[in-house]
Amino acid sequence: MDKEEDDKTQAAGIRDTSGGNWLYSDTVREHFFDPKNFMKYDEVDTYQADATGRVGSPACGDEMVIWLKIDSKTEKIKDCRWQTFGCGSAIASTSVLSVMITENGGMTIDEALKIKPQDIIKRLGGLPDRKIHCSVLGDKALQAAVNDWFRKTGQHERIVTAGAKIIDEKLNITDKDIEEAVLEGARTLEDIQKKLKVGVGNPEAIPQIEELIRFYVEKYYA
Amino acid sequence: MNNFPKKPAKKRFVYLDHAATTYLDEKVKKAMDPYFSDIFANPSGLYAQGREAKSALDSARDKVAEVLGAQPDTIIFTGGGTESDNLAIFGAARKHANQGKHIITTKIEHHAVLRPCEELEKLGFEITYLPVNKEGKISVESVKKNLRKHTILISIMYGNNEIGTVMPIAEIGREILKWRKQQNTVYPYFHTDACQAAGALDLNVEKLHVDLMTINGSKIYGPKGAGILYKRRGVLIEPLVYGGGQEKKLRSGTENVPGIIGFAKALELVQKNKKIENKRLLKLRNYFWEKIKTKITKVKLNGPELGDESVRLPNNLNISVLDVEGEAMLLYLDEYGIVCSTGSACTSESLDPSHVLIACGLPYEYAHGSLRFTLGKRNTKQDIDYVMKYLPAIVDRLRELSPVHLGEKKHAKYISR
Repeated sequence: MDKEEDDKTQAAGIRDTSGGNWLYSDTVREHFFDPKNFMKYDEVDTYQADATGRVGSPACGDEMVIWLKIDSKTEKIKDCRWQTFGCGSAIASTSVLSVMITENGGMTIDEALKIKPQDIIKRLGGLPDRKIHCSVLGDKALQAAVNDWFRKTGQHERIVTAGAKIIDEKLNITDKDIEEAVLEGARTLEDIQKKLKVGVGNPEAIPQIEELIRFYVEKYYA
Repeated sequence: MNNFPKKPAKKRFVYLDHAATTYLDEKVKKAMDPYFSDIFANPSGLYAQGREAKSALDSARDKVAEVLGAQPDTIIFTGGGTESDNLAIFGAARKHANQGKHIITTKIEHHAVLRPCEELEKLGFEITYLPVNKEGKISVESVKKNLRKHTILISIMYGNNEIGTVMPIAEIGREILKWRKQQNTVYPYFHTDACQAAGALDLNVEKLHVDLMTINGSKIYGPKGAGILYKRRGVLIEPLVYGGGQEKKLRSGTENVPGIIGFAKALELVQKNKKIENKRLLKLRNYFWEKIKTKITKVKLNGPELGDESVRLPNNLNISVLDVEGEAMLLYLDEYGIVCSTGSACTSESLDPSHVLIACGLPYEYAHGSLRFTLGKRNTKQDIDYVMKYLPAIVDRLRELSPVHLGEKKHAKYISR
């Protein structure tokens, strides 16, 4: 953590050591200890999903797979299964998401795509600050599954390629990378540069980077 | 869920996180008791009560010195391990910056050593972080190779808190002595953080050839907030805390008399019992690992082989359970009253997995699934059997939720891209 961040933490009286802020809500605990709709190991081969999405990797500490059954006429999500490698909040996020998109007869794809990480967090009764990225991953897995469906049904124009705009051409760093970095705790240009080196050899990109930091900090932490 | 064991009617509390901190030994508590409200006076006071406190302080100092094979005036009482590490590193660096700005340490030190080193880097110091092998050990050769004329301090931990690796402190100490003699210099000073080792290993400073040594109370059934920095005679450092000039001006502030009494008592007790207790813990730990190995598939031992205390701290077991994540296991274990820790990123502030496991060359996916069990006085075979009643089922359940099947065909089968 750099000096500026240290000062901020001190001034705000935030407890930032491990041990602070670990309390999970009852809803998180419920979905963690009694997960809903998860894909059983031997069910995978017979499930016949219409679409699948996978994000993350065990090396990053989180990996999620979402399977969907979609009614091709109404575009409603009829059924959802998932598997998650990750911590308590990652498992709970995927579980609650699977409930959100299938309850009351199921959401349409367009409705499901409107789900934001904040909606998942809200439904969970909150997540510790440091765990917000877990809910983002659920959101991304769902998006990947829906894109898979668009691809399989030949609706290529509907594939969501949100963001992925190149910010630093030399390093091929996109706005997505900056979003990730913010979710991992970066708050200042210095933090981001420590992680990504973005804009170091490309100073004209800096104003845009700073704007993106403000944008994502506001989006997730405001 | 199939075969998931029912929660017991009476939850057993199984504490397996002794490397994090320990409970207070009853005898230690008893020794401390009079110093809260009865013999409470400031040891600097000239009146009888003050003198009584001072004399208690002196005998605590004597006791600690005896364990270390040192003179009483080499013992500086501090507010704990982190403070002692900071005092050793900043203290030596500030005092001797004009002699050189190079420090050698290792990649697997406790943050109480690494963070001060990083701060010194900002002030223009150059720090060499020695790499470790897959068991977490540094080679004596690598210390020798990195010695320079401007090296003022070497800080290497005695026993590692995460994987229990015991470093060859005495051997390194001898090499440093040789170097000093050859170069005709007093540098570098040699500091070791012995917080984790204090309950199990020999602390004689003459045998270890250390100039500075950190020990704290909270890992040896003593009180929290009390520790020492051993400082060899003739070794010079700057204080961190200025004020009334206590502890030979190196640690100002009214002495924490009950804490110091408790610390000395705790150190005396663990050192007296270490031979028998080491043997008992080693047997229990090895039993635990045997059970894990036979009942859980795809597990890996992290750190050195499960040898005696010359190789690995006898109470330490660190494993990686593949395809599941550490925090998730921790939460489940907690439901059953079982307490341990993990090197997974999810429990760290930085979201990076344990720097120790990564330095040992463990892949990230292994580090994320790591569990550290550190055993202690109260643990029995019944505790281990209780853990083994639930741990395999917990792993099974989490594996059932997990899309990760490392090394198996099933993994990545469903990627649709």
